[in-house]
Amino acid sequence: MKIAVCIKQVPTREWQPRLNDARTWIREQEASYEMNEPDAYALEEGLRLREKHGGEVVVCSAGPARVQQVIREALARGADRAVHVEDEALGAADAFTAAAALTPAMQEERFDLILTGLQSDDQGHAQFGPVLAEKVGVPHSTIIMEVQADPAASSMKVKRELEGGWFQYVTMPLPALLTIQSGINQLRYATLKGIMAAKKKEIRKVAPPAGLASRLKVVALYAPQKSKQTVMIGGSPADAARELVRRLREEARAL
Amino acid sequence: MILVIAEQKDGKLNRATWEAIAAAQQLSAGSVPVKVAVLGEGVSGVAGELAAADVAEVLTVDQPVLGRYTADAFVHAAAALVTAQAPAHVLLAHTYQTRDFVPGLAARLDRALVTDVIAIKSAAGQAAFARPMFQGKLVADVVLEGPAPHLVTVQIGAFRADAVRKGSTAAPVSVAAIAVDPSVVRQAPESPFQEAKQAVDLSQAERIVAVGRGIKAQENIAVAQQLAGAFGAELAASRPICDNGWLPMERQIGSSGQTVAPKLYVAIGISGAIQHLVGMKGSRTIVAINKDAEAPIFEIADYGITGDLFEVAPALITELKK
Ligand SMILES: Cc1cc2nc3c(=O)[nH]c(=O)nc-3n(C[C@H](O)[C@H](O)[C@H](O)COP(=O)(O)OP(=O)(O)OC[C@H]3O[C@@H](n4cnc5c(N)ncnc54)[C@H](O)[C@@H]3O)c2cc1C
Repeated sequence: MKIAVCIKQVPTREWQPRLNDARTWIREQEASYEMNEPDAYALEEGLRLREKHGGEVVVCSAGPARVQQVIREALARGADRAVHVEDEALGAADAFTAAAALTPAMQEERFDLILTGLQSDDQGHAQFGPVLAEKVGVPHSTIIMEVQADPAASSMKVKRELEGGWFQYVTMPLPALLTIQSGINQLRYATLKGIMAAKKKEIRKVAPPAGLASRLKVVALYAPQKSKQTVMIGGSPADAARELVRRLREEARAL
Repeated sequence: MILVIAEQKDGKLNRATWEAIAAAQQLSAGSVPVKVAVLGEGVSGVAGELAAADVAEVLTVDQPVLGRYTADAFVHAAAALVTAQAPAHVLLAHTYQTRDFVPGLAARLDRALVTDVIAIKSAAGQAAFARPMFQGKLVADVVLEGPAPHLVTVQIGAFRADAVRKGSTAAPVSVAAIAVDPSVVRQAPESPFQEAKQAVDLSQAERIVAVGRGIKAQENIAVAQQLAGAFGAELAASRPICDNGWLPMERQIGSSGQTVAPKLYVAIGISGAIQHLVGMKGSRTIVAINKDAEAPIFEIADYGITGDLFEVAPALITELKK
């Protein structure tokens, strides 16, 4: 199977976002970055499908030069090669723009299966996968927790997560696109051998198509307002513990 | 006109649809008509229910091919409906089904889509839609550009279903003349099912201690276990803990796990993502312990301690044993 895994580089969860002077975006240059977590699960699923059915795993990413960090990491974990749609302006791209940026390269490669995470940890639009599927012209299914591929029959059966602990099996033809939910598998990490091997793997750089324009304009970015009057309890751990237990007993009557 | 696309399953309305109607009425500010469309098979009952809202019209697209949801049939039907109706905005609740087909719908129509909206504002005569970003650490006000219609999905719980204005008489219900050719559908779905009956029913627990990724490693789960013991509480977790296999799935709280409303909910090392909050925000008293003073969990907590759980949890255990 020829499998694509679309990955995004996102600020780490630990990074405390700082705003630019216009308060319309973060200070991208101050962030530390990592692979979007659901994309890491998509990559793992792609590697497992390749191990089972043969073929290759190609990681695809749209973004500025800095996204090479996560591309290299994916190659070190076992992806065979990469396609990087590179442009500095893609750093803050929304899902629609990123999908449009990747579409020509994805169409040209003619993948049997395109995998990606169900949403990004930074912007969280949850749009990229279905939009790319529509643009490339393949069927899709989202929030997937299991993939049983039958490449010989150009078909697969997938398990969709629904709300509140419900699931559903869906059969669909290949080629197709799936968005992967975290927890579908157990992640592997790069070995030293993998890291060395990644250095020799091909990263094909592609310019984005002309005329990309975002239709989502962020006019203000700010910290959320609190909806509840939270009693913050300070002091040493022992003092805070004593005060919390007292309040839970006497005030909230929760103990 | 603003078009709300309702969600139903087997003739039963998804309550989140009322929240989308409330958002549409707010966006309309009484000056733009609101219509509601319901897609499915055998939806006249649902349409009748929706007609109670103060809306201009309820439209039905009632066809066997829409009976069991597929992304292809819904994109096809909704694209034809939106094209025929030409609304300025299309609103939906941000459910799993919406997540599955609405981005494809936006791509097919080639129109802007903003998801997971928590508030609607007006900025210089234009609507701005507030949505969380960066794991809920920030909120962005987003303006949609390009030609109408603009598509908007609203976060579950962000708009109040009981704020929906009801009409003095029932709104007219009419059939939208849209046919979906079954051959456009490439997905063949089976019946939804639940995994084997859950052994622990956390919804009955009086007190719950829930542990999140702040616990760092599997061997530290014991710390949370001891804290739960000291509180006389059941142990529960956020999704990443269950994804890692550190606790069984049946102890997961949130949109894809259990929904609970105990007397006391103690969240340790949990950031407070919306998918977690929907499963526990009905708890009577919420305590959050997190080393990050800006963590979104503090927004819904009654009591908060900013600190390292590895220092606070042992102190709490000592205190509770006194
Ligand atoms: C469709 C969908 C469904 C989902 N369903 C669910 C669901 O049902 N349930 C669910 O929980 N999630 C669900 N999620 C995932 C959700 O979006 C979050 O990713 C998840 O809840 C985060 O878990 P967390 O808070 O444990 O981890 P993180 O977000 O990583 O937060 C860890 C927290 O621990 C704190 N911390 C770190 N170290 C310490 C320390 N030493 N002491 C104190 N605090 C510390 C950090 O400050 C941080 O706030 C779903 C996501 C999607 C997209």
